[in-house]
Amino acid sequence: MTTGTDTPDPDGRGGSVLRAGSRLAGPQGWAPSALERERAAYRKRRSVRSLTVSALSTAVVAAVLVVLVTSAPGWPAVRHAYFSWDKAVASFPAVLDGLWLNIRIMAVCGVIIAVLGLLIAVGRTLRGPVAFPVRVLCTGYVDLFRGLPLLLVLLLLGYGMPALRLTGVPNSPLFWGGMALVLSYSAYVAEVFRAGIESVHPSQRAAARSLGLTYGKTLRHVVLPQAVRRVVPPLMNDLVSLQKDSGLVSILGVVDAIRAAQIETAIDFNYTPYVVAGLLFICLTIPMARLTDWVARRQGFQGAGGHL
Amino acid sequence: MTLLSVRHVRKSFGAHVVLEDLTMSVEAGQCVVLIGPSGSGKSTILRCLNLLEQVDDGQIVLSGDDITDPRVNADAVRARIGMVFQAYNLFPHMSVLDNVTLAPRRVHGIPAAQAREKAMAMLERVGLADKARARPDDLSGGQQQRVAIARALVNGPELMLLDEVTSALDPELVGEVLDLLVELKSEGMTMVLNTHEMGFAREVADTVCFLHDGRVHESGAPAQVLGDPVQPRTREFLRRVHG
Repeated sequence: MTTGTDTPDPDGRGGSVLRAGSRLAGPQGWAPSALERERAAYRKRRSVRSLTVSALSTAVVAAVLVVLVTSAPGWPAVRHAYFSWDKAVASFPAVLDGLWLNIRIMAVCGVIIAVLGLLIAVGRTLRGPVAFPVRVLCTGYVDLFRGLPLLLVLLLLGYGMPALRLTGVPNSPLFWGGMALVLSYSAYVAEVFRAGIESVHPSQRAAARSLGLTYGKTLRHVVLPQAVRRVVPPLMNDLVSLQKDSGLVSILGVVDAIRAAQIETAIDFNYTPYVVAGLLFICLTIPMARLTDWVARRQGFQGAGGHL
Repeated sequence: MTLLSVRHVRKSFGAHVVLEDLTMSVEAGQCVVLIGPSGSGKSTILRCLNLLEQVDDGQIVLSGDDITDPRVNADAVRARIGMVFQAYNLFPHMSVLDNVTLAPRRVHGIPAAQAREKAMAMLERVGLADKARARPDDLSGGQQQRVAIARALVNGPELMLLDEVTSALDPELVGEVLDLLVELKSEGMTMVLNTHEMGFAREVADTVCFLHDGRVHESGAPAQVLGDPVQPRTREFLRRVHG
């Protein structure tokens, strides 16, 4: 059996014969030829077969996993400690309350990160010797905060800054937790924006400059609008990531969903609240992920025209 | 009156010298067509004229202003010169109308409503007023190039530079763009263009310059340069172009 037969070949001989035939019959009166009916039947048989195979293998793997986990010697204890329905119900309000803080952190930091990231990206792509210090500064910033683990930034800022006891410097762990997220994420986001800026073809700049637009106006009206549009899907991916990393501020004692779950577990050493928090985070990120997919698909469709 | 005068211009990219010693001048209202083999510097000189490239040496004088002087404001000079590119280079994220109003609004500070009026008049002129709301990607190549011409013209340029404006077009769309250029020329627009369309060069040019080795190798009336070239290099090039 050849594998090529199940891929439709619009330029193949069968296709052109079919199209010629359909044109003769007119757009209304088209009925598939015996050849096309045979091919359609073949494609259907193939897809039914592959669907069956994949469904069966998924079921088998799932069954094996369930048997493996539930037959483990420690399963009854684990089930009680991690999947207690009563504990889940009891801890749910506190964890949900904590999640509301995560959402607020995500929203506020997300906006600041986007603005800061864009500024750094523009700084890194500025041209000419005059902008050299700006480029060095922005590159250094990105190198530093992309290299430092987020957890380390959180600990250093969260405990270090309040310890300085500087007047006017806030000592709220929430503030420094958010600051650490902003510093780390804006370095990543800046690189995403930079990739977008550099993906705009030089001919676009040439066209804008030839009209008399200055460097800055070219950037603002021609380069950035195209760059930002192109990087929306990867940026949303970073936003999904920020959504869950907002949970890391719990390490500073901020009562977010994770910290709330931790407090709940401390009552009776039942870890179900962690599972509850995990499920809530998933519920939060899934719509975002689907939205990202949708935006990416839409862009891919538009981009298929090609304009460079 | 000499509108543009190019004096001993040299331009290299790294070790590759594209323009060796290029001298030419363009009278107001004249159309100069540059021909020559690929790599002879036809596009480079146009980019130098618009200050998109900085010359290594020599001088370019536009209406008496030395535009190669580093003290001149390059953006102000570019606003006086219209340029049209081979690949149209329309801004894909803007409507056709916004493409045309961009320069009036952002360079000349004309209020939005007035800029729209100007742009619509210009689109009317290139026969695309009905496409004002469309995106560049939805237009044919010939239509896109006409929009690009309108975008350049709306600035009211002293000089138009046209860089192989029909090279990317399907043969049946070349005509609509060339007709527009013939019309422009009859209205007295000064133009410098390069093209592979020898028939069009013959029709529209006042002067044809054959570029070779980074210089103007031969120049003169189209009938002379294209019909009875003096230089053997020119003859060879034309023989090759005509097959």
